[in-house]
Amino acid sequence: MLDATQSRLPDAPGIGYKPQHYAAILADPGPVRWLEIHAENYMGEGGRPLAQLRALAERFPISVHGVGLSIGGEGPLDPDHLDRLARLLGWLNPASFSEHLAWSTHDVGFLNDLLPLPYTEPTLVRVADHVDQVQTRLGRRMLLENPSTYLAFDESEMSETEFLREIARRTGCGLLLDVNNVFVSATNQKTDPRAYIDGFPLELVGEIHLGGHDEDADEHGQPLLIDSHGAPVVDPVWALYARTVDRGGRRPTLIEWDNDVPDWPVLAAEAARAGALLAEAPA
Amino acid sequence: MIAEKEASMSNTNKTLAVAGAVAAALAAQMSTPAHAQAKEKCYGVALAEGNDCAAGPGTTCAGTSAVDYQGNAWKLVDAGTCTEIDLPAMADGTPRQGSLEPLDRDLPA
Amino acid sequence: MSQSAFATALLAPDAPTPPGLSDPEGRPAGKRFDIYRNNVVTSLTAALETAFPVVRKLVGPTNFKLLAGAFLRRHPPRTPVLMLYGADLPGFLEAWPPARTLGYLPDIARLEQALREAYHAADAAPLDPTRLAALAPDALMEVRFTLAPAFRLIRSPWPIHAIWRYNTEPGCPKPGPKPQDVAVLRDGYDPEPILLPDGAVAFLAALATGETLGTAMETATAEAPEFDLGPLLAQLLATGTITELETHA
Repeated sequence: MLDATQSRLPDAPGIGYKPQHYAAILADPGPVRWLEIHAENYMGEGGRPLAQLRALAERFPISVHGVGLSIGGEGPLDPDHLDRLARLLGWLNPASFSEHLAWSTHDVGFLNDLLPLPYTEPTLVRVADHVDQVQTRLGRRMLLENPSTYLAFDESEMSETEFLREIARRTGCGLLLDVNNVFVSATNQKTDPRAYIDGFPLELVGEIHLGGHDEDADEHGQPLLIDSHGAPVVDPVWALYARTVDRGGRRPTLIEWDNDVPDWPVLAAEAARAGALLAEAPA
Repeated sequence: MIAEKEASMSNTNKTLAVAGAVAAALAAQMSTPAHAQAKEKCYGVALAEGNDCAAGPGTTCAGTSAVDYQGNAWKLVDAGTCTEIDLPAMADGTPRQGSLEPLDRDLPA
Repeated sequence: MSQSAFATALLAPDAPTPPGLSDPEGRPAGKRFDIYRNNVVTSLTAALETAFPVVRKLVGPTNFKLLAGAFLRRHPPRTPVLMLYGADLPGFLEAWPPARTLGYLPDIARLEQALREAYHAADAAPLDPTRLAALAPDALMEVRFTLAPAFRLIRSPWPIHAIWRYNTEPGCPKPGPKPQDVAVLRDGYDPEPILLPDGAVAFLAALATGETLGTAMETATAEAPEFDLGPLLAQLLATGTITELETHA
């Protein structure tokens, strides 16, 4: 089994790649040392997306982040989608592959959202089985990411950190810790985000995500944060990130910005802020 | 015999016409350097995206609005350029085109 | 609770929130479940907005959201790869009652879908034109071409090229009531809709199905005696649309 910390991504800031930043990144990446792509956007047969990815991969380590595998789905994994992933990873040979602790596909089709799971023994068995299949098919270890959640399942029997720790133990997979998701979920579930970090198996973390969220309220006036990836990282999330790397050490850290994407300098500035906190953290 | 000869002439003419067109096309090809005019079109980037990690903001409207199903929500006030285009009747008799009709009943699910 | 119940409730705005989902006080999830509903509809609507900008401009942004909401519930994506999601939209529009007076809308959607397909199609090296130049006239009549994977052909009884341009290029004239056939050609990485002269669609359709240049020419001139091969062939060569040739000589 591979050590989770042996990620081939550098312990430095990365950015979620958007095609509109292609020229800016090649001209001056600033503090950005690696890039992450959404796997599904590079499953075409050819054209500019693949050409740009080939060119970027010559300059930067690439992390492939899947958003459509539905690892938490009740049904079997989609073999066609696994084949597409294997093909992409085969020619690109990225530094990392990650996916979500969530489901998105059911009989009705692909729902294009990261849907929540009850944390129970049957879910544990299913997710572990799916992670095993993915790692076997792709011939590499994957990272599994903690989700943003907005509600709780009455049937849940364990905490999310216990669930993820057990998945990693059973499958040998690593974990992707999204610190914004921790903050969003903890606010929505009225739990302590610092306790979540303190209880998380940080030694298994191969990558960290940071992103922005939207603020709303539910029908009872309770705060409701939504994982929109459409805003800067907020100060409490930066503080939580500093706590994370202070306790767990430096890790590859991604700035995710998917909606209302700003110009490159704004993203580079967010990456620089992550870089400054990384520099203060223990190796 | 004469018909055969005419057909043969005709085929020869066709062959020569195609050869002439090919020669003209090749000449045009040589006079313009390949991809001299190639540049990224403004809509190229927009075509690239598809999958994202996060969905849009907000908790209201799109997913929960029952009005989505109601045809009468299709509003002329928001009409786009189709009302500007307002095609006259087509030559084949297809009637005039260019208005959005509000629907007065629920659409089939 | 099962994912079937969850998924069904996601796509049905009027359905009650499934049981067993709660807020931190143990109350029914309510609006918290609606976030997932909203995410599904908003994200798929956004994908369709990106994919069909001209259809959106034609009907207006509010109408497009309504159209997208109805479409995505009837035709959820069948694969997690969304780059070509919306292939069923033209057919859906043909049967969509509010758009029944916009007969050209389905063909505009077909054109936009063809542009997306072309954008993501496999790369192919253009034919070296000297190989064509090397052929004798008789051999030219028997040559067969392989066309680039990005090549698409759309026949329409509507002025789809003019409507597309009117909505994408400022200052273009208003479309007139004339049928237009369009080829999508990809020069490098940029697909472009090309208005075809009379006879060209028959010519290209013949080439695409593996007919010889001579036969394709016959097909074209039978439809349009004035069909001029030279300029069209020059454009096919210049855009790298011909990738290979085959002779039986």
